[in-house]
Amino acid sequence: MRLSYSLALTGIAVAAPATVTTAATIDLTVTIPQLKVAEYHKPYVAIFVEQPGGTVAPKTLAVWYDLGKRNNAGTKWVNEMRTWWRKGGRTMKLPADGISGATHAPGPAKVTLNTGDLPVGKYDLVVEASREGGGREVVRLPINLAGGTAKAAGTNELGAVTAVVKK
Amino acid sequence: MIKTRILAALGAVSMLAMSGAAQAHHPWILPSSTIADGQDAWVTIDVGVSETLFAPERPAPLTNVKVWAPDGTEVPVEGGVSGKQRSSFDLHLTQQGTYKIVNTGGGVMGGYKQGGEMKRLPRDITPDKIASSIPADATDVRINEMSSRVESFVTLGAPTEGAAFKPTGKGLELQPVGHMSDFVTDEPAKFRFLADGKPAANIAVTLIPGGTRYRDARGEVSLTTDAEGVVTIKWPGAGMYWLGASAKGAPTIQGATERRMSYAATIEVLTP
Repeated sequence: MRLSYSLALTGIAVAAPATVTTAATIDLTVTIPQLKVAEYHKPYVAIFVEQPGGTVAPKTLAVWYDLGKRNNAGTKWVNEMRTWWRKGGRTMKLPADGISGATHAPGPAKVTLNTGDLPVGKYDLVVEASREGGGREVVRLPINLAGGTAKAAGTNELGAVTAVVKK
Repeated sequence: MIKTRILAALGAVSMLAMSGAAQAHHPWILPSSTIADGQDAWVTIDVGVSETLFAPERPAPLTNVKVWAPDGTEVPVEGGVSGKQRSSFDLHLTQQGTYKIVNTGGGVMGGYKQGGEMKRLPRDITPDKIASSIPADATDVRINEMSSRVESFVTLGAPTEGAAFKPTGKGLELQPVGHMSDFVTDEPAKFRFLADGKPAANIAVTLIPGGTRYRDARGEVSLTTDAEGVVTIKWPGAGMYWLGASAKGAPTIQGATERRMSYAATIEVLTP
């Protein structure tokens, strides 16, 4: 609860001075599929933007993992989201304000993400899910920070993903 | 008499094999994982020689195995075991960055003809004994100076190519072009080979994907270094790879007639 509150706060704080230049918000819906498996654990999810072939470094927008564990033990498995981990996760400290979040149960999970100081341009919004005892999947949505809507869907670990970018 | 003749023939054959580029058995250092994270982590390192990659077959002694931490300090190899099929030790990663595990070897092999018969020099001969071991009436003297370097790389956190990767300037070595671990299938990798510290241009490099037991084709990829000693590799898929090369050079040991340097590395490639 506390973390989602700080997420909202960060959004406002950054958006206010930055609207003149770049900051955009992304209304993101990530559908966590209902899976018929013997032992189900809610997936860890990492959400980041990167610029394939571009100069802007990947930027992490959200990481959903087991926040409830003692001694920050839930972070032990975040490297299972390999793509994200390699592209920035491993140099990050978790929990991170405005980024860490709890895992989501099956169904559509709606979040609002702030792109902060990212320059306007075309990016890939990457959603990566990894599940204990399950698989891993990466879904990419080409987005433009100037605005627009992008949709994509996974096949195993992720369902439909929709991003509405607002400048 | 028959026995000596067979031995002599064998000697000639093995000398021939030695001088050829093909290696029947591959030396390797195999980490249980090349990527780890956290404040510290453990990996298990196996050291062996085998035809089937990377199945244990023959152990390689740990005597000359050295581990270099990201900051260039040496990490002692402790608690190692040499089994029937492979040697093994556990490595505690305590520094962030890339560790280098190295096994070097070298020596002299050779022979000569005396009275029409091929004779071999003793296996464990040291360079200072060469001159006294060759009789005055020997002909066709061939003394092969050899050096080998086998490596693998393990990274805790993000990869580094710092002090641990300073070339020694001796024999055939691999120099990072970018990082030396953390490879993924959708990014081509570049490696620079150095022979005695200088770019090893135009040498043959072989890439073999691990898991040879589970397929019929060997899947070997043959490459050649460019003028800068660099090869670019497009990974056929994820997995452990054996990367090997050998080069000839001018002998550095008194009396040696040929010199061969070999290099091998185990590299892990993951899906992006």
